Amino acid sequence: MKDEILIKVSHLQKAFNGGRNVLSDISIDIRRGEKIVIIGPSGCGKSTFLRCINRLEEPTGGTITFEGVDVTDSNVNMDLQRQKMGMVFQHFNLFPHLTIMQNLTLAPVTLKLKTEEEAKKIGFELLKKVGLEDKMDKYPSTLSGGQKQRIAIVRSLAMNPDVMLFDEPTSALDPEMVGEVLNVMKDLAKQGMTMLVVTHEMGFAREVADRILFIHGGVIEEQGTPDEIFNHPQSERLRQFLKAIL
Amino acid sequence: MIQSFYETMIEGERYVLILQGLGVTILIAVCAIIIGTVLGCILALMKISDSKLLRVIGTLYTTVLRGLPLATQLMIFYFIVFAPLHLPKLLVAILAYGLNSGAYCTEIFRAGIQGVDRGQTEAGRSLGLSKKQTLFKIILPQAAKAVLPTYTSEFIVLIKETSVASFIAVMDMTKAGDMIRNSTYNAWIPLLTCAVIYLILTLGLTKVFGGFEKRMAKSER
Repeated sequence: MKDEILIKVSHLQKAFNGGRNVLSDISIDIRRGEKIVIIGPSGCGKSTFLRCINRLEEPTGGTITFEGVDVTDSNVNMDLQRQKMGMVFQHFNLFPHLTIMQNLTLAPVTLKLKTEEEAKKIGFELLKKVGLEDKMDKYPSTLSGGQKQRIAIVRSLAMNPDVMLFDEPTSALDPEMVGEVLNVMKDLAKQGMTMLVVTHEMGFAREVADRILFIHGGVIEEQGTPDEIFNHPQSERLRQFLKAIL
Repeated sequence: MIQSFYETMIEGERYVLILQGLGVTILIAVCAIIIGTVLGCILALMKISDSKLLRVIGTLYTTVLRGLPLATQLMIFYFIVFAPLHLPKLLVAILAYGLNSGAYCTEIFRAGIQGVDRGQTEAGRSLGLSKKQTLFKIILPQAAKAVLPTYTSEFIVLIKETSVASFIAVMDMTKAGDMIRNSTYNAWIPLLTCAVIYLILTLGLTKVFGGFEKRMAKSER
């Protein structure tokens, strides 16, 4: 199944309020199990691209097919599709009024996918994997940024998604906490999860990515393996970008 | 001082008037806050809904009812809106205060809901929760906590505003105090008695709701 296409993006377009095109024309096929890292200067549209995939942003043109379903079709039940797409945000967005365990079980239980007990059991196993099982009855406000983000990842995993979208997951963290979050993501990658990661962590990109997309000016300016992108950049813009950040 | 308190308030059992007035004041305030809260919930949801019609209705309601002085509204309700129904004055007062409070509650609740970080909605939706599930499981619990202080002050304002109910000849506590002043020619004792009771009511309420707030804050630690 390695070559099965999980997400197919064709000519994706996004313009805000009829103004400037943030994404002008993006097409890409993402295979099951693939790890894709998306890089590019700020404001290039890389987060918008990610958020279009689960339609937190409404695309203004083109199509996105996820597991054979056209998710840009307005008749599609997007809630159902989103259950299979996990998303991790820059600012964690844990639910502050719920305990860690309740954060994990809210969606599976509310959506009647699992009973409370099943969801708790799965939640506990997941927490153990990230070493935070002792925090299950605590509230998010008592955790460090790194811990919050690990919980946020686990909260998405509790839905057993087919793809995980990461929107700058380490950008809001203190430097000493970046590592613990990246390690969880690396483990996830090893387990074969399909991942799309918007990040500035070039070390992570080099190590984990099957493919790196360099987005600039609303299009995929260049794509390739980490070796191709970092060691043999073709376009002038990518060279400039790499020079600026490395 | 005690002598004159006795002469004005106890003699002729005039304190009974104050107690009756107090009963009316509390009855109006409590019923009105209940009506206002229910109405506020409904209208706040209308104001944040996707339907333009519902939003316009909500906005129209809050604009008109918050834009007019309460005494004016009270008289309009009594002499015009509810006049054909021949309702008891007290009931009209309760309805008028409730409808008015509904407008303020709407704005309090709307601000509370919209004050919850957008990321919370996005997190809920990204997990596959519907708009409604996200609203009820994630947004409203957080909004409830955030609005508690303003909601308390709305209740307190309401208690104090019952004092204009006399515009439609409802005898609330202020009116009772005023009647005693009229019949005894002593302004100090009855009006200060009213003042003290109002203070006890409002301070007590502040304390009670403050306790709620503390308990809710504790749940996050």
